[in-house]
Amino acid sequence: MTSNAERLAAEIERIKKGGVEKYHIRNREQKKLFARDRLKLLLDDGKIEFEDGMFAECLNPELPGDGNITGVGRIHGRPVAFSASDSTVKAGSAGEKSVQKNLRIQEMAMQMRIPIFYLIDSAGARITDQIRLFPGRNQGGRTFYNQIKMSGVIPQISIMFGPSPAGAAYTPAFADIAIMVEGNASAYLGSPRMAEIVTREIVTLDEMGGARMHCTVSGLGDFLATDEEDAIRIAREYFKYMPQNYLEKPADAEPMPPASDRPLHEIVPEVQSKPFNMYDFINSLVDGGSFLEIKKLFAPELITAFARLNGRAIGIVANQPRVKGGVLFTDSSDKGTRFVNTCNAFNIPLLFLADVSGFMIGSAVERAGIIRHGAKFIAAISQVVVPKICVVVRKCYGAGLYAMAGPAFGTDVVIALPTAQIAVMGPEAAINAVFANQIAEMPEEQREPFRKMMEARYAEDIDIFRLASELIVDTITPFEALRAELIARYNIYQTKEARFSECRNPIYPV
Amino acid sequence: MKRIVSNMAGVVLEFLVKPGEMVIVDQDVVMLESMKMQIPIQSTVAGVVKTIKVNEGDFVDDGDVLIEVE
Repeated sequence: MTSNAERLAAEIERIKKGGVEKYHIRNREQKKLFARDRLKLLLDDGKIEFEDGMFAECLNPELPGDGNITGVGRIHGRPVAFSASDSTVKAGSAGEKSVQKNLRIQEMAMQMRIPIFYLIDSAGARITDQIRLFPGRNQGGRTFYNQIKMSGVIPQISIMFGPSPAGAAYTPAFADIAIMVEGNASAYLGSPRMAEIVTREIVTLDEMGGARMHCTVSGLGDFLATDEEDAIRIAREYFKYMPQNYLEKPADAEPMPPASDRPLHEIVPEVQSKPFNMYDFINSLVDGGSFLEIKKLFAPELITAFARLNGRAIGIVANQPRVKGGVLFTDSSDKGTRFVNTCNAFNIPLLFLADVSGFMIGSAVERAGIIRHGAKFIAAISQVVVPKICVVVRKCYGAGLYAMAGPAFGTDVVIALPTAQIAVMGPEAAINAVFANQIAEMPEEQREPFRKMMEARYAEDIDIFRLASELIVDTITPFEALRAELIARYNIYQTKEARFSECRNPIYPV
Repeated sequence: MKRIVSNMAGVVLEFLVKPGEMVIVDQDVVMLESMKMQIPIQSTVAGVVKTIKVNEGDFVDDGDVLIEVE
């Protein structure tokens, strides 16, 4: 063998080991896997098909791969690009060459239209190298520009195993999905130490930017994983619902009967104010074992999930009457908006399951911007052009009807169940609104009978058969026929071709 | 002392637990009424109910303490 060939073999072996042993030990103490072991779990047969930039900074023994591994492997048999930070090299921090590696793998993924996975565990940018990696045209900022450009073109999946501080905190934000490992993953613009110096705030890392906080409060995180293996399992599961790019559709799976055979009509109480568990409804409707919930812990009054009907992937947006009455808030609007945008981007048909008394009212939510948040959600459900079905499970009042893809919003069909009720508001509130003064002027004993009479008249007016007769809802479907009807309709709607509008960009509220 | 707080503005309809009773995480402990819906409030903690801090019929805001648990 020539000396260079020997040197090459030795170099590959050295680089693949990552940083020095003490950092591997520290990883293990923190229950973290080495970046290459994470890739082994993520990729089919544990195999990297090819790697780019392996020799970045190979003349500097302290910087194997410059703290970053980029390349291509397969998941469920399909090619995917990846960029994995290596926390055993300078704590996974971004150097000049690792930024270049990131840019190249992003550009390759974009051109080849293959999904990209970000395996994040990085201390951020190496400040000592800042002018070579932070401000310039082809430096750090460009990785975010690329992410934004790739958004909706190819799936971008981020798995957060460790910190993602400062600028790096935007990587999961610009990705489609952020899976965070509880206890280790974090994201924040300024560290607790910086906060203490700059603002005198005393706060822990978990409170400031921990995985649980982001998955329950801020909404940055989509999945809270119990450990690294769990995070990788979730990523592979999520990827089953993703096509390779916006030109393709997600692959079908083997059709399965619903996980529960409890009849739907037993689950939905007729009394509109009585709570029930929408998960039970979904369990009796969709293919068993197919339910994958996004942002489960964030704004749980709205359920957003992937599932399958007869093997075909769908995205479900459902009110959860058991939590906050299923009423829509600012966070639920954000959650719904992001989810329908994801589904529309990647050709996943939508199913809205509506049981909502409207958007929350009151001074607290007005100050928080409930109008613009609600408008954002309604704008999002309007502009989606994938097949879109609305099932009015029970009540659907006020702008709740709009947000849940009611008849006026380009919805392919609005199906009412026998328990459905559609109105500006519920009977009691409506009678109060219209007749409050009249009722106040009446003698006490006449008030209640009058109220009852007007409520009965109101109920007749919004009777679901009346709405069906006026073609406001397209059909009323018996509970037991709902699954078959949805399967038949999605089968027909799969050839839908639609564009929403032509313009430079719409000006929706945010 | 652990606290169970309201997650929404509304009126307390009824308490589903009494002082001295054990509660577990995710158990329904209070029924509120808001936006014309009955809204079960789940416990976020486990322990024994010590004090019930509000009365049936009271208006409570998002974040108000409903029950103290030991």
